[in-house]
Amino acid sequence: MAKLKTYKITVGASTENLSEIRDFVGGHALEYGFDDQKVADIRLAVDEACTNIIKHAYVNDSEENLAITIEVDDEKFMIYLIDRGEGFDVKTYQKPDLKSQIEQKKRGGMGVHLMLNLMDEVTYKVKNNMNVLYMCKNRN
Amino acid sequence: MKTFKISHRTKNGLEVLDLQGELDAHTASQLEDALKNLIHNNKSNIIVNFQELDYIASAGLGVFMAYIEDVRSTGGDIKLTNMNDKVYNVFDLLGFPTLYDILQDEKQAVKKFLNEKG
Repeated sequence: MAKLKTYKITVGASTENLSEIRDFVGGHALEYGFDDQKVADIRLAVDEACTNIIKHAYVNDSEENLAITIEVDDEKFMIYLIDRGEGFDVKTYQKPDLKSQIEQKKRGGMGVHLMLNLMDEVTYKVKNNMNVLYMCKNRN
Repeated sequence: MKTFKISHRTKNGLEVLDLQGELDAHTASQLEDALKNLIHNNKSNIIVNFQELDYIASAGLGVFMAYIEDVRSTGGDIKLTNMNDKVYNVFDLLGFPTLYDILQDEKQAVKKFLNEKG
């Protein structure tokens, strides 16, 4: 069995911390040996996921915490985002229609679409009353 | 924390916003304020130059979604220029190229505005 390495940070649930989160996952993705595009994909997917948690699960309550855990083995770069806010199921998600949103001057709903496009796997589950969002990028 | 900067200038009677740094859910409000300010002052021929922008998240794209109709309804437009490949990729993934004018450089945007105004 391939050896697993784990890295973790916990930050306050504020958009102020998004750049720190991006640098944390981007740094480890680079160290893992991913090319520039894959590093950029991971930075963006994690940013979008954390933005959704901060804005929707925690409704901008920066007293709350957001834990980001990275696990890597020889084949996969895995990210777990854990929060205790209001849950959200990626399975119920529908792709936004950009044209009609523009006509209605509506924004949002784009983050999950990006996450699903940028990562090889995205799943969501509730475990011990916590929301666990799992995302994975394969080495190859 | 990474900085995001936005500055405003005029060129050939058009409004140009230069973006710099990283545009995410935290910094998007600065772009929103700058666009609102232009629209409030009836300035609707707007070029946004992405030359110095290193990163964009969907919150940044959301600002363009929220204001493009206001600008177009008064006969103007928001034209986006000088994006690096990674930034363009995000616009592309979300289907922006068919609905927004995304141009190679600012010169092309100026030319297009001047042609449209005839």
